[in-house]
Amino acid sequence: MKKSKLKLYLQLLLSFMKIGVVTFGGGYAMIPIIENETSAKRKWISEDDLSDIIAISESTPGPIAICAASFIGYKVAGVIGAFFATLGVVLPSFAIIFLISIFLEQFNELNIVRFAFTGIRAGVLALIIKAVISMFKKAPKHIVAYIIMALSFVLVVAFSTNVLVIVLSSAVVGIVASYIARKRGKELR
Amino acid sequence: MTYLILFLEFLKIGAFTFGGGYAMIPFIQETVTKHQWLSTQELVNFIAISESTPGAFAVNISTYIGSQVGGFFGALCATTGVVLPAFLIILIIAKIYDKFKSSKTVKGAMFGLKSTVVGLIAAAVVSIAIEVFFTNGFTQQVFLSSTFWFSLITFAIMLFLLLYKKISPILIVCLSATLGIIAGYTGIIA
Repeated sequence: MKKSKLKLYLQLLLSFMKIGVVTFGGGYAMIPIIENETSAKRKWISEDDLSDIIAISESTPGPIAICAASFIGYKVAGVIGAFFATLGVVLPSFAIIFLISIFLEQFNELNIVRFAFTGIRAGVLALIIKAVISMFKKAPKHIVAYIIMALSFVLVVAFSTNVLVIVLSSAVVGIVASYIARKRGKELR
Repeated sequence: MTYLILFLEFLKIGAFTFGGGYAMIPFIQETVTKHQWLSTQELVNFIAISESTPGAFAVNISTYIGSQVGGFFGALCATTGVVLPAFLIILIIAKIYDKFKSSKTVKGAMFGLKSTVVGLIAAAVVSIAIEVFFTNGFTQQVFLSSTFWFSLITFAIMLFLLLYKKISPILIVCLSATLGIIAGYTGIIA
């Protein structure tokens, strides 16, 4: 193996470890940091590539950080590059959470921790409602979309329907609905 | 056997959650309660921990549950499972990117997926709200307990701060923890 290639793998690993360490909360908070590290500093990808990566991450399963790391790693240094970039972005949170999971049980018994979590659970509920609102804003504005939303909600709350079944059927409904719309000369969005 | 179940369940979660982050919660909730790996209360506690530590939510929650259920190798299996689908799919898409971008089928599927995610998370909100406000069941006594009113007021303050003051999630966690500690030591909550 060439020495330069090895150095590139190492750079990918370290750059993405850095991205993994500094992004709290994950998701879109990672975008500016990924941009700074891989586009502005390392010149691995262009600005255009980055917006493509965001679009791909949105239309493929899995966390945006993993998608971005795999895609950039692959573009820079092939499959092995993708592996090292993904490993880098996962490693910090894996290590931190693993340590927390060992100690959390012991802290849970403390009164102060119990009180704190009673407050925190109310705060988390607010966080998730905020997430629903922003996802609603990003969702399609169309009667079919609203029906899918309402049905998914009712099926889970009232009938405890399997989530996987709902996800797959929604994708199928989306494909069929957009096909019908195109037949009528319209575009679903 | 535990390792294999962890790997496969998180593989499924990784393969079928679009949108990342909180979009995973409905799926994760279904899985962890089915296997009794975590209660809804523990799951909500962990969401706060995940907000206060670096990294993607999916990686954090899979590492945590994996570790709780099967120690270090459990964490390794669960995290590998959740990461693998995205990794493999991206490798394929990187090669056929232009075709993928203009595919009408992909666009149609995304239409459906972006819609269902809203309904699914809204459903998760309902069960989490029940957990937060009615931990001990839905009775008339609930409305007399100060814990209920504490949770309701804290929730209202945090939602206001999030929606109108654009406060970061980690600050929300810190603030609501502080309120909880104050309420605990002043005897408002038990």
